Amino acid sequence: MTRKRIIEVVVIVLAFAVAVFAATRILERVVAPAAPAAGSAPAAATTPAVPHVVATVFYGTEDGQGLASVKREVPLEQSPRAQGRQILDAELDTPPAPYLPVIPKGTMLRAFYITDRGDAFVDLSPEIATAHPGGSTNELLTVYAIVNAVTANLSSVQRVQILIDGKQADTLAGHVDLRRPFERDTSLVRETK
Amino acid sequence: MLVLASLPQAQGTAPATPLTLLTRDARRPIATTVLNGQEFIGLDEVASIFQVMVREDAVAHGVSITYKGRTVVASTEQPMASVNGRVVTLPAPVARAGSRLLVPIDFLTRALAPVYDQPIDFRRASRLLIVGAFRIPHVVARIDAPGPPTRVTVEVTPALAVSPAVDGARVLLRVDADALDMVPPPPTSGLVDQIRVGDQTTTVAIALNARAGMPRISTTVAADATRVTIDVPLAAPQETQVPQPALPAAPTPPASPAPPALPGPGEGAALQTMVIDPGHGGDDNGVRGAKGTLEKQITLDVATKLKTLIETRMGVRVVMTRSDDRTVAPDERDAIANNSKADLFLSLHVNGAPAASVTGAQVYYLRLDRAGEEARKSAAASELVLPTINGGTRPIDVIPWDLAQAEHIEASSRFATILQQELQKHAPMAAKPLQQEPMRVLSGVNMPAALVEMAYLTNAGQEQDVQSADFQNGIAQAMYDAVARFRDTGFPKP
Repeated sequence: MTRKRIIEVVVIVLAFAVAVFAATRILERVVAPAAPAAGSAPAAATTPAVPHVVATVFYGTEDGQGLASVKREVPLEQSPRAQGRQILDAELDTPPAPYLPVIPKGTMLRAFYITDRGDAFVDLSPEIATAHPGGSTNELLTVYAIVNAVTANLSSVQRVQILIDGKQADTLAGHVDLRRPFERDTSLVRETK
Repeated sequence: MLVLASLPQAQGTAPATPLTLLTRDARRPIATTVLNGQEFIGLDEVASIFQVMVREDAVAHGVSITYKGRTVVASTEQPMASVNGRVVTLPAPVARAGSRLLVPIDFLTRALAPVYDQPIDFRRASRLLIVGAFRIPHVVARIDAPGPPTRVTVEVTPALAVSPAVDGARVLLRVDADALDMVPPPPTSGLVDQIRVGDQTTTVAIALNARAGMPRISTTVAADATRVTIDVPLAAPQETQVPQPALPAAPTPPASPAPPALPGPGEGAALQTMVIDPGHGGDDNGVRGAKGTLEKQITLDVATKLKTLIETRMGVRVVMTRSDDRTVAPDERDAIANNSKADLFLSLHVNGAPAASVTGAQVYYLRLDRAGEEARKSAAASELVLPTINGGTRPIDVIPWDLAQAEHIEASSRFATILQQELQKHAPMAAKPLQQEPMRVLSGVNMPAALVEMAYLTNAGQEQDVQSADFQNGIAQAMYDAVARFRDTGFPKP
């Protein structure tokens, strides 16, 4: 009785194992056509079909006294407005070594638009002011990094006004007057790469 | 074709200075050719710049140039062109050099301009070919007296706003224009080494030589021109060492019995009230050093020391924008200064940079942007006429509140330069010790004004320094000396 019981259990376990094996094989066949493609996917991901364009962005120089103009690839867009957003996203990124960040961490681009008169408005999240370390030098670097990133790449833009959280602001941290738009000024730019 | 084939084949030479094309989108040199003393431009170049169609016209014995359906025919035989049925004269007929057709430069202004959508202007002296509406004043610089003192006059026609500034050993005159049509300046003499258009094409740069002292700059605006007069004296013995520390001190002449620059009777009376503005305060800490030193505390400490020095030694009334730890908005600071009828404004700050290695003091004065200059001019043009109590009227100049500083830039530049010279005797200076930037707190004060960044709190050594009494006293003494010198030598005469 006990022996018969054992045989029954072994048969059931074997039957279950065969069933699982069969099910796995069937599933493998269903999934199989996708497998080779998945293998080559990483290579495809590094060279996406989206066309890119080389933009100039401005990061702090290693000596902390100026701005370096740095070439970065950004996705190509159809309109200056959309292109401006891509360029500013690159500008707000943490810069690669040895460049120093001049934009406070956490600053996001809320909006970007260009008027018919060639005035661009760069609307930034409040971190640009609340997380700003202060000091005239820091403030000038922040302001002109943004202004130059827009004017160096978009020929239709003559002047750039910085807004904070959708509103006109006095200063970032008490020094540089943000109430009026800025023209391109490369006097802080130290090197070109 | 037959006509053109019979044209004289000319071998031209390039002009000494290339022509510069200035349009809304570009500023670039363009090639021209000199033939028999006349300057010509290739019609292929004309076609690409002005988007015109060029066709050889054997029947008309000329070349037809078409722009938006309007046609100009330039003769290959006579020095003339037909424009909308009218004949205009030219210095020379169409010429040929190799395979290229050439027209005299004046063809552009005399024949093409009448059919073109935008103004075309050729400035012979500055070699500018201008396409579009720009403000490009005629600028003539001359040395009236080699001196010393050396007197330089710069005349800008028509009368546009000119902002002078002293940048080290240079005087920079920034003209509110799109470009300058500057006549090549005369050979320099006296204490002036060079006069030229600056790196920014709307600036006239006047380089002074090592023996030059602090220049005095005055600007007069007439109906037709703005005239800037710059008087450059010989440097006082102590000044030759200060701006040029690398120079040996030897060439200074033996001190003549000239009296020291003490204020004469009546002089110095113009400085009666001064405002000291300790930066930040209250909720606004300013820069925080790695060891926790707060900018707002250092600015208040030094401001208090400076106030005591000026009040006790100079007898000048000092108003502080804050004398304790409180938040004061920029407009409120400006209002305190303007309502005190102060004669001088000094804002104190401690700096911050992205790298800990940056050190040194810096002095700032206000830079007006183009919009600011335009607002200033339109304000100056729109004076308000108010009725007076006796039934008459009184004109009042209306200057926007936030541009009050515009009238004082010249004096502020002198004050800032003196501050820089005095500070460097007491403290390390930054790589660019004197800067002109759009500083918020300076824009609304209706008096000469400057801002001093005393040191960098982001540098560990300087964070320690700024807390020491020695450093604070030295900085306060330097600023006191600068205020005294400005009162005695640089203050605008009432």
